Amino acid sequence: MKHNVYIYILIMWAVAFLLRSLPLTLIRREIKNKTIRSFLYYVPYVTLAVMTFPAIIEATGNPLSGAIALVLGMVAAYFGAGLFPTAIVCSLAVFIAESFLK
Amino acid sequence: MSNTKEAKKWFLKGLRDGIPIAAGYFAVSFALGITAKKAGLTWYQATLASLLCNASAGEYAGFEVIASKGSYITMALITAIISARYMLMSVTLSQKLSPGVNTPQRLMVGFWVTDEIFGASSTVPGRLNPHYNYGLAICSLSFWALGTCIGVVTGSILPPGIVTALGVLLYGMFLAIIMPEGRKNKKVGVIILLSMALSWACSVMPYVSKLSEGTRIIILTIVIAGAAALIFPVNTDDGEGEK
Repeated sequence: MKHNVYIYILIMWAVAFLLRSLPLTLIRREIKNKTIRSFLYYVPYVTLAVMTFPAIIEATGNPLSGAIALVLGMVAAYFGAGLFPTAIVCSLAVFIAESFLK
Repeated sequence: MSNTKEAKKWFLKGLRDGIPIAAGYFAVSFALGITAKKAGLTWYQATLASLLCNASAGEYAGFEVIASKGSYITMALITAIISARYMLMSVTLSQKLSPGVNTPQRLMVGFWVTDEIFGASSTVPGRLNPHYNYGLAICSLSFWALGTCIGVVTGSILPPGIVTALGVLLYGMFLAIIMPEGRKNKKVGVIILLSMALSWACSVMPYVSKLSEGTRIIILTIVIAGAAALIFPVNTDDGEGEK
């Protein structure tokens, strides 16, 4: 059976779009339940932390440069550096560390 | 402030905050373009996929399915598994929008749910103005599509060292989103460190490490955020500032 690339792309789009938009369009009312509200409050912090580590040390050529970027990024962000400055700190840390670690 | 003025303000803020996301996306999508090329996609097919799907791991897995000539069912299942975390993000965002936000606007916010846009928009204080998401998405996802396109066409023009350094921008951004709240609310700080530790543990543990990254993210999120909600329930009047 010959597969059409456009149908593949259409399926990728449709499945992801349904998952992304169903809760947003169906859940209109404010959820009052305290446990659910607390859960949703914690979700972004847990998800982003889970996605950052250990991915950051696997994304770099050398795990040590990723670890340096992680620590410097956490310190910078803790002391209030915004999105862009923190991102740059991590990126520069990797770039500099990797040029030494070759 | 009038609604239009407010919308414009948030849209412009979105465009500005989208810049680091755009830079990171450009690097990551560049690598994605190379995968797409290997899977046999033309530059316009790959760019179309990026414009429609807005997903790194999801598209990567999708291109692998295309390369291996998998069935359409396989494509649907793999996309669902990898994109399932977006559903959880969508639930969170549904509570962040004002109940008055209409369906077309909700669909647009949904269409543009990515890890990074979710991260930036779900943590704004108070209610979320959907125009913030549009600004973030238009700024960053144009570079997502552009990077994919250039990746297919050129293969590799940037030295690998630069691509690696740019790829880390996204993680830096995640840290910038979570750490300030971790400082303000010590419980969140502890939960962030715990999440990282458990995420690492799950990536090396037998069996669990075999699960796809998307599945691990969902399981860890539900378990950790669920436990945190039971042990440290948030008082609706503080912390998240949803007034």
